[in-house]
Amino acid sequence: MIMTLTSLTPLLPEIAIALGAMVLLMIGAFGPPATSKSSAGMGEAIGWAAIVLLAAAVVLVLVAPAKTTSLFQGAFIDDAFARFLKVLILVGAAASLMLSFDWLRSRNLMQFEYPVLVLLATIGMMLMVSAGDLISLYLAIELQSLALYVLAASRRDDVRSSEAGLKYFVLGALSSGMLLYGASLVYGFTGSTNLAVIAKVAGAAGAGTNIGLTAGLVFLLVGIAFKISAVPFHMWTPDVYEGAPTPVTAFFAAVPKLVAMALLVRVLSIGFPVTGIKWQQIIVFLALASMILGAFAAIGQTNIKRLIAYSSIANIGFALVGLAAANEEGIQGVLVYLVIYMAMTLGAFACILAMKRADGPVEDINELAGLSQTNPSMAFIFAALLFSLAGIPPLAGFFAKFYVFLAAVKAGLWPLAVLGVIASVVGAYYYLRVVKIMYFDDAKPAFALVDSRVFLVMAASGLFVILFIAAPSPLVDAALAAARSLRP
Amino acid sequence: MINLAGVPILSIVTFFPIVGALFVACLSKDAVGNARWAALWVTLLTFAASLLIWINFDTGSSSFQFVESKAWLGVIKYKMGVDGISMLFVILTTFLMPLCILASWQSIDTRVREYMIAFLVLESLMIGVFCALDMVLFYLFFEAGLIPMFLIIGIWGGKRRVYASFKFFLYTLLGSVLMLLAMMAMYNFAGTTDIPTLLTTKFPADMQKWLWLAFFASFAVKMPMWPVHTWLPDAHVEAPTGGSVILAAILLKMGGYGFLRFSLPMFPVASHDFAPLVFVLSAIAIVYTSLVALVQEDVKKLVAYSSVAHMGYVTLGIFTFTTQGIDGAIFQMLSHGIVSAALFLCVGIVYDRMHTREIAAYGGLAERMPIYALCFMVFTMANVGLPGTSGFVGEFLTLLGAYKANSTIAAIATLGVILSAAYALWLYRRMIFGALEKANLKDILDLNAREITILAPLVILTIFFGIYPAALLDVTALSVKKLVQNYEGAIKAAELVVGR
Repeated sequence: MIMTLTSLTPLLPEIAIALGAMVLLMIGAFGPPATSKSSAGMGEAIGWAAIVLLAAAVVLVLVAPAKTTSLFQGAFIDDAFARFLKVLILVGAAASLMLSFDWLRSRNLMQFEYPVLVLLATIGMMLMVSAGDLISLYLAIELQSLALYVLAASRRDDVRSSEAGLKYFVLGALSSGMLLYGASLVYGFTGSTNLAVIAKVAGAAGAGTNIGLTAGLVFLLVGIAFKISAVPFHMWTPDVYEGAPTPVTAFFAAVPKLVAMALLVRVLSIGFPVTGIKWQQIIVFLALASMILGAFAAIGQTNIKRLIAYSSIANIGFALVGLAAANEEGIQGVLVYLVIYMAMTLGAFACILAMKRADGPVEDINELAGLSQTNPSMAFIFAALLFSLAGIPPLAGFFAKFYVFLAAVKAGLWPLAVLGVIASVVGAYYYLRVVKIMYFDDAKPAFALVDSRVFLVMAASGLFVILFIAAPSPLVDAALAAARSLRP
Repeated sequence: MINLAGVPILSIVTFFPIVGALFVACLSKDAVGNARWAALWVTLLTFAASLLIWINFDTGSSSFQFVESKAWLGVIKYKMGVDGISMLFVILTTFLMPLCILASWQSIDTRVREYMIAFLVLESLMIGVFCALDMVLFYLFFEAGLIPMFLIIGIWGGKRRVYASFKFFLYTLLGSVLMLLAMMAMYNFAGTTDIPTLLTTKFPADMQKWLWLAFFASFAVKMPMWPVHTWLPDAHVEAPTGGSVILAAILLKMGGYGFLRFSLPMFPVASHDFAPLVFVLSAIAIVYTSLVALVQEDVKKLVAYSSVAHMGYVTLGIFTFTTQGIDGAIFQMLSHGIVSAALFLCVGIVYDRMHTREIAAYGGLAERMPIYALCFMVFTMANVGLPGTSGFVGEFLTLLGAYKANSTIAAIATLGVILSAAYALWLYRRMIFGALEKANLKDILDLNAREITILAPLVILTIFFGIYPAALLDVTALSVKKLVQNYEGAIKAAELVVGR
């Protein structure tokens, strides 16, 4: 096959960001010499440049023709599914950068490497959602992971941050190892690393009796389950979320996790049709365990970052409900879920970042006491986000849960659906507890003025969850189109 | 008569309070009086607009009227409309809201603006519940109402407000999510969420059973029926007066309305099969909660338990599947909406003066508060079900229907009438009659102009509907008739299939 330059157009957004990241790295490394103040200014300038770059990439993705193309012998697939998620990734990365300026600057960490690392992780994630081959998939995962390990440990003089980085690295490496082992088994028993080719063997009736292939799939699933922190592979999440610098945690929670989820959707729905191995039961278990453990474990938390960590575990469980349904509606549900969940997570972290007083940030949920009186607009937005996370209509979070459970009901997964909604009621308790602290308790001293960029993200996500009901169909339709593009 | 053709009157009535809430939100935080007046005007205008619905309502038709339908989310449409069953609940809601705002005029003095916003949003959501003609839309309104009510109880409530608000929220949510799953199953089966279409869909009998149970989980909690009523006394007692009024008068009615809109017409066979269960639970509710009411020390709690007992008549009436029973149930809901609201308002009036809800702290109020004593008496009599008051009509019709369906249960339920007389009259005797002995009651003042404005319309309506129930029954007649006919047809068809 002869490659021409024009055939690379589907790759344009990735190329743009890769080149941009390198240029920014060069500017950072060889730019004006660093006093601590000018280096922060330089970091911030590069951060804004990165945001512009991400926005430009969004435009490139949006103007791309609506068709499915496959490059490099199927290693890179550009379809509606990938484009849908790429927009999500780019927006999420840009919003995470917006959240980080104030925090990093106040800790003297606003250096040019930070935005560049976020950009590199972003390319990795964009390749992840486009990967149609186990090798490109693994490489994409590693590209994003390496950048993320560094980000998690970026606060070198802080013990908790270093611990978080190390923990994230060790478990990340372990899960990558499992994933790779699974991939090699799958390759061994199907003779190909290409998902479409794997599907021919794995989708055949009786593929479930192929022990090697089944074991390979299980290892693949375990590897990805670590990345999405589904129970029982979730142990690292609360510690890493708590220890990592808050803007980094926001990025972790909002983007890479969702991308790994999307990856799982693609691998399972393209590579392993349910006609062969019945992998649904594994997903059902992961979903149930995540929803239930996430709901109950969050009840006892008093640190807001740990609380959100358990909440994210529960939320991945809900998203998995859609995948367990293994039908088009399910995938649509997962995609709707991911978009809404990302908006809610970014908003929630904007609120967490705004929890600071003159003497530094606070993370205990009781510090939010009486926020409705000291800062009504922030309290209102945070409450809306929490009600939305709890899945109460008319907020966006309700529609997220609605679509995944609709798919589960359609697939006849009744025990999963019933236990799932009950878990969501249990989950509502701890979200309500935070609302209670903000609205019912007596006021504590007010927080410091919210940074304008943080407030922008907070307000945008608040408006999104409240106004989503006015026009839900564009997102739902786009998700359906994306889900259809995975049809073999 | 104003021609409403082409005017989306239901949407206007539904969303005007939210628009008003946005307006109130823009007011200055310190302009407490402005917030009150603005909220009052918004609710009054909403009430006026809703009267247009009643005036233009065609009682000669049993189908949905003022229907609006707009594309919204694929199959799920934004569809509104009212029939004889739902229209009066809309009016009840809009009618009580201004009274609640007035009742909160002085008793709410912290965060007044937020209180008014919560109430106005709640009003929109409640009206929406009764107007929604799409299942998912119904669920949205039904559930969303939890948020403002949670805040109203939690922020402006009494001592145990946090406990009460959580219990209220989680209890109701748990019931509702099961209903949501049932709705999804119905959507899968019928391919639509449109309520008028679903009313003619015939679900298989075994599927009906599960769907019925799921809906029952939600409506029984909302109603509330024994034994899932325990959230109610807490929520009612801890809520501020306005909140208690709305809870008792309107939120509870959503359960009964749900039975009439969903359970009965959509799952007739299951309703038929489960009717004995409902009868037993209703009879227990009527007798047991009446007895519980008898021993209460707290006047608000007493009224709350009496609400549960009265709701027992409603469920009993609905599941007799007779015209009288269902007519009676609807009438009972509307009458209870007026009477229980009035009783909570009466309690609120003395609470504002004395800041205690202990029955024992009162006594001999008739001496200092004759007008109050008179109003309270009318409502007490209506609560007991004295002929000539609205309370009588509902209970009488319900029991009439119940005797046709099951005379044993009806006999037990009739006991409730006696028990309600016992607790209500005893309460009246302890609070109003007797010598005025307590020193701190010596200077208690009678109703002021604002309070008379609140109670007067309620007194008038209580007596008017007692004397002339046809004003309401004519509106519901055809819709109820259609409901009963459809039910009987479905049961006959099912019996033919089973060969009973």
